[in-house]
Amino acid sequence: MIASAARELRDGQVVIVGIGVPVLASLLAQRTHAPNIIMVYESGIVGAQPSRLSLSIGDPNLVSRCLMINDVFDTFGMIMQRGYIDVGFVSGAQIDKFGNLNSTIIGDYAKPKVRLPGSGGAYEIAALVKKLIIIMPHERRRFVEQVDFITSPGYLSGPGEREKYGLRGEGPHVVLSTLGILKFDKLSKEMYLESYHPGVTIDEVKENTGWDLKISPTVHETMPPTAEQIRLLRHELDPRGIFLKRHSKNQR
Amino acid sequence: MTNEAKLMSMEEAVRKFVTDGAVIYLGGWAHLYPYSIVFELIRQKKRDLTLVKHSPELMADMLIGAGCVRKLLFGWVGNAGIGSCHAFRRAVEKGIPRSVEIEEYTHFSLGARLKAGAMGIPFLPTKSLIGSDLVKYNQVAMIMTCPFTRENVCVVPAINPDVGLIHVQKADAQGNAQVWGVIGDTKDGAFASNKLVLSAEQIVPTEEIRRDPNRTVVPSFKVSAVVEQPWGAHPSYAQGYYDRDNDFYVDYDKWTREPEGFERFLTEWIYSGTDNSDYLKKLGADRMQRLKPRPFMSSSVNFGLYG
Repeated sequence: MIASAARELRDGQVVIVGIGVPVLASLLAQRTHAPNIIMVYESGIVGAQPSRLSLSIGDPNLVSRCLMINDVFDTFGMIMQRGYIDVGFVSGAQIDKFGNLNSTIIGDYAKPKVRLPGSGGAYEIAALVKKLIIIMPHERRRFVEQVDFITSPGYLSGPGEREKYGLRGEGPHVVLSTLGILKFDKLSKEMYLESYHPGVTIDEVKENTGWDLKISPTVHETMPPTAEQIRLLRHELDPRGIFLKRHSKNQR
Repeated sequence: MTNEAKLMSMEEAVRKFVTDGAVIYLGGWAHLYPYSIVFELIRQKKRDLTLVKHSPELMADMLIGAGCVRKLLFGWVGNAGIGSCHAFRRAVEKGIPRSVEIEEYTHFSLGARLKAGAMGIPFLPTKSLIGSDLVKYNQVAMIMTCPFTRENVCVVPAINPDVGLIHVQKADAQGNAQVWGVIGDTKDGAFASNKLVLSAEQIVPTEEIRRDPNRTVVPSFKVSAVVEQPWGAHPSYAQGYYDRDNDFYVDYDKWTREPEGFERFLTEWIYSGTDNSDYLKKLGADRMQRLKPRPFMSSSVNFGLYG
């Protein structure tokens, strides 16, 4: 998953990251094909050079040796809303076939079964970045027909909706899950399986998806990480396997 | 107000400037969270507070679990990288220890309320909230058509909290306060708040502030109370002073999963002591030493003396 995410990044891009997979993907990209990526955090940090993995997006390690620090409002305004973020990463508790994400509640808003942490900056990332990458563990309880709550809009209820609401970003570009890579049909805006990870079957992906998942006619096995990418991840970037363990089925 | 009148103990500052029922802004953003002020709010058993903070993390969880909160305006409440805030969830899901009214935003939209409040302007527009279900449940934010471009914009009204509670690295006795590292929304929140209580790692002579004025985020004329409080941000961090205590966040998650565990946390860490020195004694000198960073100084710049 991390290697696939790194492949989505191009040199020189300005990327908004949160903790975990997005940071590892950006670091991996920086060490391989994209040395000039600039990492931006909602906390205001621009051009971070993380030398340890952190729990918080405002970690002190991200501050020392970064390029610039803005206040949070200017980060959302001058950098995100103004249009300077090329790539953003989001996740959520639930996702539906139009890439809408839920990080607010499960059940009823007034009396929820589960109260989730909330949007934070996830809404703004989903609405304002040029290219949105969604990271999700692939489970049936997460890939649902309809999310309980739209925290971060994907394609809403289908084609034309984002335009109708006046959402600036293009919408979700790709979902990188623990089972495969999924994209969105250009016309119907519906999610489909583009590739399944090595060791995963198409049936397994369908079983773990809560709607009748469309499969690309050219569906294929995901390109595995290169030996060099694996070496970098395991030995340099996440040697204790803090995030590698959480997000991989077989180390993607 | 004279210098002497502003410099006071935490107990006095909270007693004088935070009343039951107040609307409170909490400063910091991952960095410089005013935890020692929050502990004092809990010690003094403040009630019916409205908290305004887009990312209050454990501060909101502690205040809610301790029964201090009537209403919460927020964008995200969680234990970063670890999971849920359990007391927050208990209050919203089950009304334990009491139900809390929530007014939910995103970071940008709540930030816009404070920015408008700080600027003294009735509202601010952003592209936040549009297309999100949050708009259905937030009774305050409105989507409207921009009078110039005809595009959809989200407008939110200004908010001016009764009192802002912030922690900074340096301040002088008058309250000229300096921050470096993550600034968050501290300046907006401080200017939006009608009164301001600030705690500082160090109280320094005004001359030290005057040597480096770009770092000043709050001027003295905004400040009502100044408290000297080293380690005042623990378990969050103060850039250059001490690290984020991730072990504490992990332990807090374990301790507070059930109401009984949460009560024990309050008793052992907050009620058992009379002030922050007791808290720090419990933390222990070894742990505090391990949290200290190695030095990494900025280069100094020449402001020049003219005339």
